[in-house]
Amino acid sequence: MSASALTISGVDKFYGPIDRGVHAVQNLTMEIGKGEIVALLGSSGCGKTSTLRMIAGFEEVSRGTISVAGRQVHRLAPVKRNVAMAFEGYSLYPPLTVRENMAFALKAARLPKSEVDAKVASIAKLLEIDDILERYPSSISGGQQQRASLGRALIREADLHLLDEPMGQLEPQLRAVLRGRIKHFIKERGLTAILVTHDQTEANALADRIAVMEGGVLQQFDTSDRIKQRPANLFTGTFVGEPPMNVFEAYVGTTAGKINLRLPDGLSLDYNKDAFSAPVRDELLNRERVVIGVRPYAVRRSKDGVPATVSANQWLGDQTHIAADFAGGSLVLVEHDRTRLELGAPINVSIDPKNLHVFDQVSGKAISHGMELA
Amino acid sequence: MEHTSLLERFLRGAALTLVVIFFMFPIVWIFMMSFQTNETILRIPPQLVFEPTLANYTALITGKLTTAAGTLDIAFMRNLWNSVFLSVTSVAVALLLGVPAAYAFARHKFRGSEDIAFTLLSFRFAPALLVLLPLTLYFQKLGLANTYIGLIWVYQLICLPLILWIVRGYFEDIPADIEYAYRIAGHSWFATFRKIALPLAGPGIAAAGLLAFIFAWNNFVFALVLASADKQPVTVGALAFITSSGIQYGQISAAIVLSITPTLALALYAQRYLVEGLSLGAVKG
Repeated sequence: MSASALTISGVDKFYGPIDRGVHAVQNLTMEIGKGEIVALLGSSGCGKTSTLRMIAGFEEVSRGTISVAGRQVHRLAPVKRNVAMAFEGYSLYPPLTVRENMAFALKAARLPKSEVDAKVASIAKLLEIDDILERYPSSISGGQQQRASLGRALIREADLHLLDEPMGQLEPQLRAVLRGRIKHFIKERGLTAILVTHDQTEANALADRIAVMEGGVLQQFDTSDRIKQRPANLFTGTFVGEPPMNVFEAYVGTTAGKINLRLPDGLSLDYNKDAFSAPVRDELLNRERVVIGVRPYAVRRSKDGVPATVSANQWLGDQTHIAADFAGGSLVLVEHDRTRLELGAPINVSIDPKNLHVFDQVSGKAISHGMELA
Repeated sequence: MEHTSLLERFLRGAALTLVVIFFMFPIVWIFMMSFQTNETILRIPPQLVFEPTLANYTALITGKLTTAAGTLDIAFMRNLWNSVFLSVTSVAVALLLGVPAAYAFARHKFRGSEDIAFTLLSFRFAPALLVLLPLTLYFQKLGLANTYIGLIWVYQLICLPLILWIVRGYFEDIPADIEYAYRIAGHSWFATFRKIALPLAGPGIAAAGLLAFIFAWNNFVFALVLASADKQPVTVGALAFITSSGIQYGQISAAIVLSITPTLALALYAQRYLVEGLSLGAVKG
């Protein structure tokens, strides 16, 4: 990673009085390198948009510092921060055409007209809005407005590009095409972008790293693969990944040289002691209660497994999602063949300890992922 | 089906006619009176046919009122000028103060902002008579009694809250993100206010200004008490037509016609704008 494009350290955001108001962002620290694309991923109200707006300068930072390209900016007016932003609500200027909207910041920066025209033309082509450049925002669709708004942000040469839900209004086919093009555009120019989204497909497709936020707290900041393979806690484990991770509370016990993970309804997952690596086994045996998690695609049907009852069976065209009543809850399996199972059919499932995620029952923190400690 | 719709159309037409007659009759009657002498006006029964005369208008414009008891000087044209000057200046001052204030109230929630805004609104609740006596005393002490400045100041009680509260709503309707987008593209907040907020709230500001103008123009009691003849607007000046030798109905009518003409023209000209401005938000999806 090269020089830091953005450094957020110890940032708090309170709506209302400090320490007494709503604590929207809590002690956030993260560093983003130049040329990186980072997604802030979380459900609504998790603090991701507040974070973005603090970086842009539209929300005051209650505590902590924000630096862009090595300059402390958290006390500067937005105009002095040299960041570009695409707004979730598009926020195009109604009296200006799409072209004027996009050219706007470049004109303000006194770029020659020929250069402005060339840039607008190339970005408009990229976003497939070159046919509506002379139209006014009120006469185009939401998706077109969103692309114009995105274009207005991408056209600028700023230290940081902030994109707030930049593709929420687009139809799925177009979204998939544009994701690729936008990523290519950003990478080609070496821009640094922060993307706020609640759509993990979008985060996966666009971002180099994903910052998962919940309740104003940064839960995990890592690559998409590592977040899936090594979720830092129960929240990221269940939030990232589609369909979500199956989780069950379990009591840890030992009988006759086996480790038993006892689930509700009298079920038990039994493993040989040497099925686990030594450090993981020690951690497990040190605890009485844990939460275990397993990704749907890691659950296998096998004759000597634990019994479950099929409650739903759905073929998605490339994979089958099977839901089963299991241990007082529901277990989801993904199989790549077209499986036909009657509703209510008994099945037996087994879980390879290599695919087992173990979390602390109280704090939700990850204890181990497969054979490795967290 | 057609039968009912015909009847419906007829009834609707009749109802509209009734309403128009009800509202327009006084204006039409006054307009007719302004071309008559006192004798023809006071004929019983009143008659629709008369010999029109321009004497009333001549009297107003030349400032010489001829009555049975002799010739009287009237300052009607001066009053008319006062009305124009007072209303225009008051609205201008109120816009200058009220629009930035409205923007501040709409965009920045600070401690006590709601209280201040409400206090300003409450100036409109208080009956004018309640504040007139203390105002008169203060104005005499301060040397503001019978000055244009003093009157324009008092007129702010009428114009400022109106403009502040209407325009504030308009600013609140403009999504803040539009302004943010402008600011992040390299503009100061002041440039944003001028180039984005003001134009987008334009119809609202125009409507509020127009309303404030009409209210200022129609004001009577402040001007009656706080100004003497040479500073009084037409609303007060019209009292001069109640003379010792009787009420000069003809001249009063002519004066009314002359004094409602500017506001009526303005309202008619800006009617569409006014209705749009008062009923629609500034920015639609």
